[in-house]
Amino acid sequence: MRVLKFLVLLAIFSLPGVAAAEITVQVTRGLGDAQPIAIVPFGFEGQGRPAVDVAAVVAADLERSGRFKPFPVSDMLEKPVRAADVKYQNWRVLGVDYVVVGNIQVQDGGYVIQFQLLDVYRGQQLMGYSVPIRGEYLRRGAHQVADLVYEELTGVPGAFSTRIAFVLATGKGEDTRYQLVVADADGENQRTILRSARPLMSPTWSPDGRRLAYVSFENQVAEVFVQELASGQRQKVSSREGVNGAPSFSPDGRKLAMTLSSEAGNLDIWVKDLESGELTRVTRHPAIDTEAVWAPDGRTLFFTSDRGGAPQIYRIDWQAGNDRPERVTFEGNYNARPTLSPDGKLLGVLHQSNRGFNIGVLDLARRTFNVLTEGRQDESPSFAPNGAMIIYATSEGNRGVLAATSVDGRVQQRLAVQEGDVREPSWSPAQEAGR
Amino acid sequence: MSRIKVLGVLASLLLAAGCASTDTQEVPEDSRETVGTETGREAGGVGQPERMSIDERLQDPADPLSQRVVYFEFDRSDIPREELATLDAHARFLVENPNVRIRLEGHADERGSREYNIGLGDRRAQAVRRILLFQGVSADQITTVSYGEERPAVQGQGPEVWAKNRRVEIIYLR
Repeated sequence: MRVLKFLVLLAIFSLPGVAAAEITVQVTRGLGDAQPIAIVPFGFEGQGRPAVDVAAVVAADLERSGRFKPFPVSDMLEKPVRAADVKYQNWRVLGVDYVVVGNIQVQDGGYVIQFQLLDVYRGQQLMGYSVPIRGEYLRRGAHQVADLVYEELTGVPGAFSTRIAFVLATGKGEDTRYQLVVADADGENQRTILRSARPLMSPTWSPDGRRLAYVSFENQVAEVFVQELASGQRQKVSSREGVNGAPSFSPDGRKLAMTLSSEAGNLDIWVKDLESGELTRVTRHPAIDTEAVWAPDGRTLFFTSDRGGAPQIYRIDWQAGNDRPERVTFEGNYNARPTLSPDGKLLGVLHQSNRGFNIGVLDLARRTFNVLTEGRQDESPSFAPNGAMIIYATSEGNRGVLAATSVDGRVQQRLAVQEGDVREPSWSPAQEAGR
Repeated sequence: MSRIKVLGVLASLLLAAGCASTDTQEVPEDSRETVGTETGREAGGVGQPERMSIDERLQDPADPLSQRVVYFEFDRSDIPREELATLDAHARFLVENPNVRIRLEGHADERGSREYNIGLGDRRAQAVRRILLFQGVSADQITTVSYGEERPAVQGQGPEVWAKNRRVEIIYLR
């Protein structure tokens, strides 16, 4: 009986490999002083042409960051594929600061991308790499090239070869259907990992990028699941009486913080050990305590609570065994849905301002607070693994779309899906093993 | 002390329950089935109103049981006075029919954080549950679920839409 049930669930809910709606990414605000860079079309040592224009993908990644202005290929005076063939004066006259040249070789079971980053004014190579790629997915290699170039020139690791997960809702009213979608950070390579006729919520990545935790109402109650991306196998990790929500993996991936009903009508933060199943109650307050996220130390949890009368962010040592959290946010009457930068220094929040609901960021050490976005219904902020951008959901007309902002608010992008209502983006961690 | 106060309010509203105004609501999928079996007409029951099936009562706009949505103010979970009559009618019905079960679905409007709104929806569903329990409905008859802002009754934005979405729906189960 149990086996049968499981099989039926699998049939209904996990249809990996099915493409969802297409995403296009546009920079809506970039830097006025974006740096001119030329990504010369890469050479190819193989039969025919490669499936992916690697240079074009690198250029698109860098352009999307808002910090670079790729030079048009059609205006290039030369198209060398190795540094030795570059004539720097050809780039100086075009006002290009940096040039990337590269070459792709076919090797058994994959490719090798060799590339070099050149400083035009000094006339010298800044960096040269050989990136081996197993399998067919050349696009992934292109994102790795963009990551390396971005890091060399900005000092911050790139986040182009990471992924995002989000909830896509299509249809109206009773006919609304929900999908949990995983895509590359540029919106390509989309995969629906779960479909349901009932709401899906709060997807969040495990630190190794192999699993997603989320909330599903498929059984007419809120339950928390953990699903392995590679196999599609999933496990129900919480279905207690009442609310089961807001999952968040600990930095070691072994524990899950969640929001559970301690008793009817009292939501608290709990931590579940995923191996032993042991449950620890963290907060003990009749207020709504929810949306816990872990600090990198693995001890501190940041969470939303309205114990002060309105939702604000608090922090607590999850093992302290008392309910004496420290209040963290004091700006305005509504701060919720915390997200931490990977170094634990910046706290992104959903903040209510005069304009509406926006994304704000608090520097925890300096105590400076900035509102980064200008929509009316912005929500669900999630930090990029390089700490430089925050992805969030916003509304355009009457539907949800995704957007991203740099942590200083100077660069903004919009990720538009062709159809449906897009919600709750979650940016994957940097180191991904399970692709 | 506060309990006595509530009792007083409930008692006065009990009288008004019969003539409370009712908005017509779409019957939710789950309650379209006839739920109970208490359609028995008493032979020659002249002078006594016929006992209607639950289904008929739920669909009769003149019956207070046809009103199965309770609305709330922004960021509030206390039940507005004008909603108490509706709950009172349901409480009496559930007490008289202890084998009838309901599910209370708590909802929030779209503003703010989704998981926090799950908390608000839960708080609203629990507020309705407490009133029903207080009036003698058995805990076994009631389950609750919060959908937060995930299942709006009305699509769109603006104060009127939001007001219609901050609600608890009373769903009669088979």
